[in-house]
Amino acid sequence: MTKYALPDLPYDYAALEPHISGRIMELHHDKHHKGYVDGANKTLEMLEEARSKGDFSRIAALEKALAFNYSGHVLHSLFWNNLSPNGGDKPTGELADAIQRDFGSFDAFRKQMTQAAATSMGSGWAALVWDPLASRLLTVQIHDHQSEMLVGSLPIMVIDAWEHAWYLQYQNEKAKFFEAIWNVWNWNDIANRYAAVRKTSLGLDVSKTTAR
Amino acid sequence: MNLTLPPLPYAIDALEPYMSRRTLAAHHGHHHAAYVAKARSLVQRSPLESLSLEALVRASATEDRRLFNAAAQAWNHTFFWESMRPGGGGPAVGLIAEHIERSFGNQSTFKQQFVTAASDHFGSGWIWLVLDRGALKLVSTSNAETPLVGGGVPLLTLDVWEHAYYLDYEHRRMDYIAAFLGHLVNWDAVNRRLQAALESSAAEPGEMARLAQR
Repeated sequence: MTKYALPDLPYDYAALEPHISGRIMELHHDKHHKGYVDGANKTLEMLEEARSKGDFSRIAALEKALAFNYSGHVLHSLFWNNLSPNGGDKPTGELADAIQRDFGSFDAFRKQMTQAAATSMGSGWAALVWDPLASRLLTVQIHDHQSEMLVGSLPIMVIDAWEHAWYLQYQNEKAKFFEAIWNVWNWNDIANRYAAVRKTSLGLDVSKTTAR
Repeated sequence: MNLTLPPLPYAIDALEPYMSRRTLAAHHGHHHAAYVAKARSLVQRSPLESLSLEALVRASATEDRRLFNAAAQAWNHTFFWESMRPGGGGPAVGLIAEHIERSFGNQSTFKQQFVTAASDHFGSGWIWLVLDRGALKLVSTSNAETPLVGGGVPLLTLDVWEHAYYLDYEHRRMDYIAAFLGHLVNWDAVNRRLQAALESSAAEPGEMARLAQR
């Protein structure tokens, strides 16, 4: 059975300082992200055991555990790649054009994305996603790692709004974290993801129901 | 109603080393205070303004989620502070010990189930010991959710939002849970709550919740 694996961080723990501390990155990657990878793998084993015994009495709890841990793994893997010590500024090219088209302006998008992260109740994420039905970008406020995600949409840029992402450094000043993160976006990575997701289709003929 | 932040029921460094002054300063002085301030600003000049905090939590649960999030968190945190004391923790004593043995078999099974519920909880939330239809049970709630809204009578709670333990324990939630059970639980408070719940004329908790919502 294919197992999920913890990817290496694409930079040193301290590379994103002063915006995100090395200690946060170390715990976030080595402990939290690893916990989701291990949790997803363990859940797969438990599902295999359930099949071998023909006992699906715990299927609801197992499916929830899989959704939570798998989604946590995907989002953290994406988040590390979305950030760079040489990041910041604004996107250019086709991604910039798409943001302009779908949000009106970069500043409006930045505000919408930041607010989606900052107003997340409890633990969650803000995500910039590709909507393959209408071929456009949308933002999503994800609860925990998986709830309220748009089924079929593809995330290309995510902000971790869980307290473990910022608490050691920012504590009760989380708004400062959601501002600081705009200094470390890897727009090249996000633009490459945008180019890739635009080729996806759900194969549903509802995509042309509304003219844009 | 005059919604204000109640003071901690002990000194800010009284729970050290299990819960630091730094954690309590941020948790009570900022997080709890912010929920109280938010609830106060949302309820001002609304028809709900005259309600008690408990009634406000119940009324807003179905009507206004923004207000509920703030009001429930204001109530949950006060209940949490009062669930702890310096030199607390260890085995349950008194009336609650008898009820734990009746509902869970023995204290070690109760402790084990509490640890599992708290360590397995997904995301932010609370672990509660409640009295429901005469029996004790453990309940996990997400974010601001609280058994005050139709979930039995709360007797004890543990905050498992990361801000409750991250400064002292970082990602080690298990160590935080162990410190709570071993050194912080205020069993006297739990016994008082249990006594009050049992003496309440409406002994059936589901009925109490329905009455409170009228």
